[in-house]
Amino acid sequence: MAETKSMSNNSQGKARKFDLGELFLEGRAFLALIVIIAVFSFLSPNYFSVSNFLIMASHVAIYGLLAIGMLLVVLNGGIDLSVGSVLGLSGIIAGYLMQGVELKSLGVILFEPVWVVALLTCVAGALLGAVNGVLIAYLRVPAFVATLGVMYVARGVALLITNGLTFNALAGKPELGNTGFDWLGFNHLFGVPIGVLVLAVLAILTGLLLSRTAFGRWLYASGGNMRAAELSGVPVKRVQISVYVLSGICAAIAGLVLSSQLTSAGPTAGTTYELTAIAAVVVGGAALTGGRGTVRGTMLGAFVIGFLSDGLVIIGVSSYWQTVFTGAVIVLAVLLNSIQYRGRKTA
Amino acid sequence: MARAAISSSASSEPGDVVVLEARHVSKSFGNIHALKGVNFAVHKGKVTTLFGENGAGKSTLMKILSGIIKPSGGEILLDGAAVTFSSSTDARNRGISIIHQELSLAPNLSVRDNIFMGREIISNGQVDFAEEERQAASLMQELQQSIDPLTKVEDLRLGQQQIVEIARALSVNSRILIMDEPTSALSATEVEVLFKVVHDLKAKGVSIVYISHHLEEALLITDYAVVLRDGTMTAYAPRKSIDLEWIVRNMVGENYDLGSPPEGHEMGSVALAIEDLTVPAKGAAGFNVVDHLSLSVKAGEIVCIYGLMGAGRTEMLECVAGRLKSSGGRVLLEGQDVIGLSIGERIARGLSLVPEDRQRDGLVQTMSVGQNLSLASIRAFVRGLFVSNGDEQALIGKSIKQVHIKTSGGKAAIGSLSGGNQQKVVIGKMMATNPKVLLLDEPSRGIDVGAKGEVFKLLAEGAKRGLAVIYSTSEVGECFSVAHRIVVLRRGRISAEFTANTTKEKIMAASGESKAA
Repeated sequence: MAETKSMSNNSQGKARKFDLGELFLEGRAFLALIVIIAVFSFLSPNYFSVSNFLIMASHVAIYGLLAIGMLLVVLNGGIDLSVGSVLGLSGIIAGYLMQGVELKSLGVILFEPVWVVALLTCVAGALLGAVNGVLIAYLRVPAFVATLGVMYVARGVALLITNGLTFNALAGKPELGNTGFDWLGFNHLFGVPIGVLVLAVLAILTGLLLSRTAFGRWLYASGGNMRAAELSGVPVKRVQISVYVLSGICAAIAGLVLSSQLTSAGPTAGTTYELTAIAAVVVGGAALTGGRGTVRGTMLGAFVIGFLSDGLVIIGVSSYWQTVFTGAVIVLAVLLNSIQYRGRKTA
Repeated sequence: MARAAISSSASSEPGDVVVLEARHVSKSFGNIHALKGVNFAVHKGKVTTLFGENGAGKSTLMKILSGIIKPSGGEILLDGAAVTFSSSTDARNRGISIIHQELSLAPNLSVRDNIFMGREIISNGQVDFAEEERQAASLMQELQQSIDPLTKVEDLRLGQQQIVEIARALSVNSRILIMDEPTSALSATEVEVLFKVVHDLKAKGVSIVYISHHLEEALLITDYAVVLRDGTMTAYAPRKSIDLEWIVRNMVGENYDLGSPPEGHEMGSVALAIEDLTVPAKGAAGFNVVDHLSLSVKAGEIVCIYGLMGAGRTEMLECVAGRLKSSGGRVLLEGQDVIGLSIGERIARGLSLVPEDRQRDGLVQTMSVGQNLSLASIRAFVRGLFVSNGDEQALIGKSIKQVHIKTSGGKAAIGSLSGGNQQKVVIGKMMATNPKVLLLDEPSRGIDVGAKGEVFKLLAEGAKRGLAVIYSTSEVGECFSVAHRIVVLRRGRISAEFTANTTKEKIMAASGESKAA
């Protein structure tokens, strides 16, 4: 028995030594963000200012909104490649509704108030998400394939609606009572862009959803081990569909914010944004195999990627190099993820 | 621990030469000690059989001997010199091959290609198929098998596939062959063929390390027996000084009492009635894995279901719990049909399943001990929108105490627990749902004897409170320690029913377990 005892002591001693490394691993996204801010502040005098941070934050808002939806899907062990296209299509739907819907039989053109447009757009995003969810949960199409298909279809529909053109008249007309679409993208509340506030509110709500509700626990459980969750009475299929619906809604909100920021909606908006969203989730420490990840991490991930690429723009690095850097950061993040989770397994 | 100090050479028969020796070999995974100082020797041209229950450490020992994992302590001596294997390839190059329980053949390739997989004979930059075929054919001849080297492995019977595995091991000139449960999937005639091959191999000087759950069968070819229990070697002796009783005594432990079925409480009315239940086999196989089965269990009663692999135990329990769809019959929980309800709804009504494979179906490895414990009953803690943290922690604390989980607390990682404690988490999780009927599918698999006894105690306590229990097992002995009634399943039907005062032999005969002649 003496032998076995001394062995367990040894392994405990090792675990203690690893603590410092673990702390670094746990907080790596936060550390990375601080390093990025410090380096760019040093390189450019324009970087470290409140106004620049707010501008960068409103860029991050778009990716961040997509990343929140993506996080939910990734926690479930899935992936949603359609968010970039859903973002684009949502913008187009909003633009289409803002132009006025002509009802031929009644001979009128209907101009909806902005809140109705926003609501309908979110409903459209939710429906697209539901298509993903049903394909994956009930028809057993692999998530990668199902969302890849929806990605193409949504993009194609966006191009069909506009015939490849862009909706520009999103500002609305006072006499029609449909002004205010630019509120989301241009206005500030307490000096903070509305888009950033939307992101903050959604992040807090999602955080509560994940940590405090039964749904959150079900999501972590079904992502960690779907069979065990099912046998514990978790409605795994409903959870699975819900995450894709929520991801669709997040993409629609992102589409509204983006087209509001640009006061125009183009059919190609949001192309490849799904990859940036996945990157943010991964950099934030979530495991693509499901069951591990937090909103806080994902938000840090989104800010790391956003602040890095904006910083590179500010110091005048070519956009080609930005792509290289972003790629390197993602690979590094995944590398650290695997080290972290491997360490946990043996511990 | 005194037994572990037996010198292996002391128990050798005169004239036998030791080729491989394990000295104080131990292995731990985290806090789990799978092997605690094992000593034994493998002799030239002899069969050394490892006996032990599930989780006794047999597989771990095999994996160490064949270089798949490294021991955490002790040493291995090959021909008297200490060796460390860097990989299974390294061990194979030194003449030690392993044949796994799950065959590692590529079914889409031919016998020839499988035998030479990864070591293809190359001449002039190409694979010399003719030479491979010639060698494969001569190997088959050596093993006295009429298998065409060009047959695809998927077209062979399981017994023949086993022969191909052996041929592959022989083709690398293995001196030591490790066989893990080689007969578990074989028919009686195929077992005879295998044993003949073993005799031929012995005559050629090949040493064999053999593992089997069929004790009587294994004794037929054993020259030396090693018995493991809970990772400790409890006995090592040559064949002539042992018998079946000796093995069982050392395997199970003579002083360990797993208890007896709970007595002295009134049984209630029928809690669960299964009527004419039929579950079709997966795919379009055309037969039923559960075939018009009827069974009822009273409140406070523990029913043990015994049967061989594939008898339909797991399918029946999974169907009752709601995981599998039935094609006919009814499942009545306190008189109400629950077929058509989801798993969650059945749990809410008091019907819970502790699944067979705790890693795959029981635990969420990414969540803590506490989160696993509360997973099935979390709906009960929702106050308004949110889960009440206080109520949840109270339940977790209560569960840890109730099922005696040895853990640093609810926040500990699942992986930090031993197998037995992990199993208790799964049981505790389902107990927390306040079930009226608890189904347990082989809950004692891979947990040590002590934990097994604790699981039985939990079930007995539950029964006294009026819980109806259906408990499935493939170890006959367990039935006597816990069950009021023993039901034997064979090919999806109930082949016999016994009260607790029957014998092992009767139960095994009813299950169709064949004892090799």
